[in-house]
Amino acid sequence: MSGTAEAALAPSAGLAGPPPAPGPLRLRRPLLSLRVLLPAGVVLLILVVAALPAAFAGWFGHGDPRECDLGSSRDGPRAGHPFGFDIQGCDLYANVVYGARPSVFIGLAVTLGSVLIAIVLGCAAAYYGRWVDATISRTMDIFFGFPVLVGQVVVLNSIASRNAAVVAGVLVLFVWPYTTRLMRSAALSTVEQGYVKAARGLGAGSWRTISRHVLPNSAGPVAAVVGLSVGGMITLESALTFLGVGLRQPTISWGVQLNTAQSAFRTDPHLLLFPSLFLTVTVLAFVLLGDALRDVFDPRLR
Amino acid sequence: MTAATGTVVEVEGLRVEFRTRAGWARAVDDVGFRLTEGRTMAVLGESGSGKSATARAMLGVLPRHQSRVSAGSIRVAGRDVLAMTEAARRDVRGAEMAMVFQDALSALNPVLPVGYQVAEGARRHLRLGRREARERAVDMLALVGIPDPARRAGDYPHQFSGGMRQRVMIAMALAADPEVLVADEPTTALDVTIQAQILDLLRGLQEERSMALLLITHDMGVVAQAADDITVMYAGRVVEQGPADAVLADPAHPYTRALLLSVPRPEHKGRALPVIPGSPPDISALPTGCAFSPRCPLAAHECTAPPPLVEVAPGHLSACHLSVPSGVGGHHG
Amino acid sequence: MLLFVVRRVLGMVPLVLGATFVIFAAVYALPGDPIRAIAGPTAEISPATRAALTEEYHLDEPLLVQYWYYLTGVLRGDLGVDLRGVPVYDLVEAAWPVSLLLGLTAWALMAVVGVGLGTVAAMRRGGAFDWAVLGLTTVIVGVPYFVVAYVLQIVVGVQLGWLPSSGIREGWPTSYVLPAACLALFGLPELSRLTRASIIENRQADFVDTATAKGLAPRVILVRHILRTSLVPVVSVLGLALGFLMSGAILVEGIFNVPGLGFTLFNGIRQQNGPVVVGISTLMVFIFLAINLLVDIVCGLLDPRISLVRDG
Repeated sequence: MSGTAEAALAPSAGLAGPPPAPGPLRLRRPLLSLRVLLPAGVVLLILVVAALPAAFAGWFGHGDPRECDLGSSRDGPRAGHPFGFDIQGCDLYANVVYGARPSVFIGLAVTLGSVLIAIVLGCAAAYYGRWVDATISRTMDIFFGFPVLVGQVVVLNSIASRNAAVVAGVLVLFVWPYTTRLMRSAALSTVEQGYVKAARGLGAGSWRTISRHVLPNSAGPVAAVVGLSVGGMITLESALTFLGVGLRQPTISWGVQLNTAQSAFRTDPHLLLFPSLFLTVTVLAFVLLGDALRDVFDPRLR
Repeated sequence: MTAATGTVVEVEGLRVEFRTRAGWARAVDDVGFRLTEGRTMAVLGESGSGKSATARAMLGVLPRHQSRVSAGSIRVAGRDVLAMTEAARRDVRGAEMAMVFQDALSALNPVLPVGYQVAEGARRHLRLGRREARERAVDMLALVGIPDPARRAGDYPHQFSGGMRQRVMIAMALAADPEVLVADEPTTALDVTIQAQILDLLRGLQEERSMALLLITHDMGVVAQAADDITVMYAGRVVEQGPADAVLADPAHPYTRALLLSVPRPEHKGRALPVIPGSPPDISALPTGCAFSPRCPLAAHECTAPPPLVEVAPGHLSACHLSVPSGVGGHHG
Repeated sequence: MLLFVVRRVLGMVPLVLGATFVIFAAVYALPGDPIRAIAGPTAEISPATRAALTEEYHLDEPLLVQYWYYLTGVLRGDLGVDLRGVPVYDLVEAAWPVSLLLGLTAWALMAVVGVGLGTVAAMRRGGAFDWAVLGLTTVIVGVPYFVVAYVLQIVVGVQLGWLPSSGIREGWPTSYVLPAACLALFGLPELSRLTRASIIENRQADFVDTATAKGLAPRVILVRHILRTSLVPVVSVLGLALGFLMSGAILVEGIFNVPGLGFTLFNGIRQQNGPVVVGISTLMVFIFLAINLLVDIVCGLLDPRISLVRDG
C-alpha cells in the first residue's frame, strides 16, 4: 500500500494540494492539453482492456489465461508468450491482461460508492446540522480510529468467499469517512453562504436547496481527489490481496499474481515484474489524470 | 506652509509597475508628495488608484515577482531609500518609517503572542534585550489603550476584537520609534465608532511624538476628520494635491469635485444621489491623455493630451487642462 | 489548556467503544460461523472443539454480553489465545519493541527528508529542483510499494549486498535502514508536497509583509514567521503518518522479516490464525487512537487558535 492510498484518504493538503475553495467548477485551464490527454488516453486504454480482455489477450499467442501446462511452469518469455509463464504454466501475458478487470472494477466501484455516500451524508451533515451532524461525525470518527489496512484485514479475514464485489464492499465500508469528511467540510462552508440561506428563506425545500445550491458548489474538493482515489483504491486492493485477505484464486487479478509471485521472486523475477508494471502504469495514469483535471478546474499552486 | 525644514519624507516621480498578462502596467505613475513632521497627509482614491501600491513601495512590501519600482525617489531624512542597499533599507524600515496594515487579523502572525510581535521591531532596531523588549511591548500596548496590557501581551491575535487588534498593530508600528507612520486604510475594516477612536488615537500619538502620518484611504469622512494635507490619486497619478482646507473647500479637479459631491448629505434628502458615471479604468489599458476624461463632465478636446500639474493656489496643485494656474489672468472655456 | 486535554480524552471513549465494537461485530456477528472465523477458514473443527470454543467465547449468550466479555478482556490485556495455544499477548510482548524502533526510524527519516525536500522545493519554486521533487513524488505515489520493497530488497540487499535483506540480526541501524527507508517512502510524497504547499501559501501571507515592514532580515522572517506557521499542518500530518506507518509496517515487516507487530499480523493472516489477526488488529486500533490523541494535543499546543477557541 503506497502513498496513493494514504494520500487519497487524507488529502487535507499535500498530494491533492490545499483543499480547493468551494465554488462552482469552472474551466480555468484548457481541457484539451497534453497534460490531460496523455493520461486520459492511457486510462481509456486500460478501461477498454478491462472491459474486453479477450480482444487483447490473443495478440501474441493463444490468449487463454487458463490454458495451462505445468511443464512450462515459471518459464521465461519466448515466442508467442512475451511475458513467459506463471507458476502453474499459464501464459502470463494473458493473465496480466485479464487481471486488469477486477482491479479497475474495484477501483472505480469503491470510488463511486464512497463518493455517493459522501454526497448523501456529507451534505446531510452540513445542511441539517446538530444531531444529524453529530451522529454522522461520531460514526466517521470511529472508522477513523482504524489504521488503513487493519480494519479491512479483520473484516475480510472473517469472510470465506471473497469476490470482487465483496472486497469492494468492505473497502467502501472503511473508506467512506475520508471522502465524506471532505464533502462535509466543503458543504459546511457552502451552507454558510448567503445564497443558501436566501434559498431556504424563499421557501425552497431541503432537497431542492441541497441539490441545486449546496451540492454543485461543494463538489470541488471531492472532484479534485477522484483520480487519486481510483488509483489509491486499486493500490489498496492489490495490497490486501497481496497480503492474502483480498481476492483469491481462481480469480485472475494482479494482486493474486503478485501474491503467488512472492515466493518465486528471487529466481523468476518476471512473475513479479509484469503484473507490477501494469499495476503501476494503471495507478499512475489515474492519478495523473486526476491531477491534471484538478488543475484544469482549480490551479491553486502552479 | 509646508516648510522644507520639517520635511521627513519626500517622494518624487515614483513609478510602480505591475506585471499583467499584457506586460508591465503602471499602477503608480509620476507620484510625488511631501510628509511633514506633525502633519497628516491623506492619500485619497478609489480601489485601483495606486494608493496602496505607493504606500507599499515606501516600505518595500510590494509583491516580489509581480511588481517593480521602475522610477523615482523616496527620500527619508534626505536619503533616497530606493538607491540604498537592501540591508540599509532594512535599517530604515521599522526604525524610521513604519506601516500599519488594513486587516489586522491577517497582518498579525496567528501563532505568535501579540507582545512578542510588538517587541520584535524594538529588539531589532533598538537592540533591546528580551526583558527590556517585553517591558517596552507592554508600554506600547498601554500607550495605544489596551486594558491590562501585561496580561494581554501573552495573548494571541484572534483573542482580540477588531478595534483592539488595530491598536495592537499601531503599537507594533510605533515600537521602534519611527518618524513616519504609514497607515494603509487603517479603519476600513472597522465600524464607525471604533473608526473615530482609532483616528483620535493616531492623532494623539502623532502630536505626542511629532510624527508624520501618511493615511491611505478611500473614505471622505476619514479625510475630513484627520487630514492636514490631501493628495488625490486616480489611475495611478496625482490629480490634486494641497492643504486639506483648500482642497475640500475649493476642489480644483473635476474628479475631486465629483467625489465631494457624491458624499450623501442630509440636506439632499429626497434627491437622487450624484454618482460618477462609468468605472475606474483598467491600468493595463489606460487612455492616452487624461485618465479621467472618459468620465469627466467637463471633458474637452485638449484632454486627449496628458494634463500637466499646475499650481492653482499656493501649495494647491491640480492636474487638469481646465485648471487655471494662479497668477495667470485669463482662463480657458 | 488542561480543559482542552480532558475534553479530548473524554471524546476518545466513545471512539474506543465504537471501534472495538466494529471489530467484534466483524468477527462474531457477521452471518456465517464465528467459530469458523476464530479457527480460520480451513481448519478442522470437531464437535468437541466446537463445544469448547463455544463455551470459551460465550457464543451461546446474547450478542451484547459477548461484546462485554470481549471488551473487558481486551482492557485487561487479554487479546485472546491463538490456534497454537500461545496467548496473543505474549506474541505482542516480544514484537512491539521491534515495531517501535522500526516505526520511529522510518518516521524520523520521513520527517527529515520530506520536510527538507518540501522546504527547498518551496523556496525555489518553479525551478528545476521543484519540478524534480514534484515529479518524483508523483511517481512514488503510483508504484505499489510492496513491489518497491521487493526490488530494494533484491537490488540493495542481495545483489549489491550493501545492507542485510532480511531479519534484524545486525541490530540498529544496519538491519533497520532498508525497511525503514521503504516505510518512509510511503509517507514521503504527501509530506513533502504538504510542506511545499504550506510554505508557498504562507510566504504570501500578510503577516510576512508586516515582518518585512518591520525591517527584519529575510532569514529571520523565514524561520520565525514562515516556517513556524507552515509547520503546523505538517506536524499534524506527521503525527497521523505515525499511524499510517503502522499499516505499512504489516507489509514491510513481512517482506523484510522484521519480527514486529506487523510481521506477526502478516503471518497470522498467512497461517489463517484468526485470534492473532483479531488480537493484533485490536491492539493496533488502540495504539492508533492514542497516537491521534497525542497529535491532537500537540497541535493544540502549537496552534493557539485550536486550543483557545473559547477565549477572547
